[in-house]
Amino acid sequence: MSTLTPPVDARDHVLGRADATTLVEYGDYQCPTCADAHPLVQELLRAFGDRLRFVYRHFPLSELHPMALPAAEAAEAAGALGDFWSMHDELFENQDRLDPDVLRACADNVGIDALAFDDQLARHVHRGRVRDDFRSGVRSGVNGTPTFFIDGSRYDGPLDVMGMVRAIALVAGRT
Amino acid sequence: MTTLDPQARGEALPAGTRAPGFTLPSAPDAMLSLIDLRGSPVVLVFYPADWSPVCGDQIALYNEILDEFAERGATLVGVSVDGRWCHHAYARHRNVRFPLLADFEPKGAVARAYGVYRLADGTSERALFLIDAEGVIRWSYVSPIGVNPGADGILAALDELAHPQGARR
Repeated sequence: MSTLTPPVDARDHVLGRADATTLVEYGDYQCPTCADAHPLVQELLRAFGDRLRFVYRHFPLSELHPMALPAAEAAEAAGALGDFWSMHDELFENQDRLDPDVLRACADNVGIDALAFDDQLARHVHRGRVRDDFRSGVRSGVNGTPTFFIDGSRYDGPLDVMGMVRAIALVAGRT
Repeated sequence: MTTLDPQARGEALPAGTRAPGFTLPSAPDAMLSLIDLRGSPVVLVFYPADWSPVCGDQIALYNEILDEFAERGATLVGVSVDGRWCHHAYARHRNVRFPLLADFEPKGAVARAYGVYRLADGTSERALFLIDAEGVIRWSYVSPIGVNPGADGILAALDELAHPQGARR
């Protein structure tokens, strides 16, 4: 069975409490299935409340999606400037029109320092971080995007609320 | 007596078996033989069909991590029952940077030889074989239907081939 490697640590973008059941997503901001999964994750977080925490790692499929890597770097830049999660939402909500100007518009909507954002993207400050996420996905058995892990084990069930609620509840019930 | 049970699943050839040789079209005007690749490890990837949904696609994933295979000295080759022109269009559309072989006529003959043909579907399983430099299968894996195997298993098998655990220095 494929296991999350490395486990969730201080480098990760985390929503929720450390003692909760952990849902990790490897995603690509230009992948339509990931955009479909975005509201699904939000619904799961609402349903489970404090009992679920969410972690997002980058898995840009650059050969298929030319804007996937720049978008991942943009999310990291926003994170460094104080608001990863708002940028994460913006990117998925604007997926069908992503280009460099839209990345900048998303950053403006989030309200982060535009000059610093542009500078970090131009110098690819966060490319290494994104690549680290990608490599960890390969080692963890990510088989495409999105791939989810529930408390470290890959979830191979259907990407719908019922399937995921059941799988999370099963794991949460054990602890 | 031979029965043709459409649900029957062959047994994938296990580690230690000599890899059955084959020659298949690798492009509209080119052929590739397994024996041409002798001398370095080969990762043989059987997959059901070109044009499956993009982002969860096994071929797309391997295409992103070709460097990981190259670093380990391995050649990656995809095989499906699609025809050569189908592969050609698919590879161009998805920027596939490794050869896709057409196991098209007689249909699925190579998949059958490796024990990974699905009679009911007329396609192969999602199956992986690691063949060593001498042409012997060293690792094989058949993924549950509908689940892409990812790349961790095959990369671990390649690492094990290069540095066997237990091997003396």
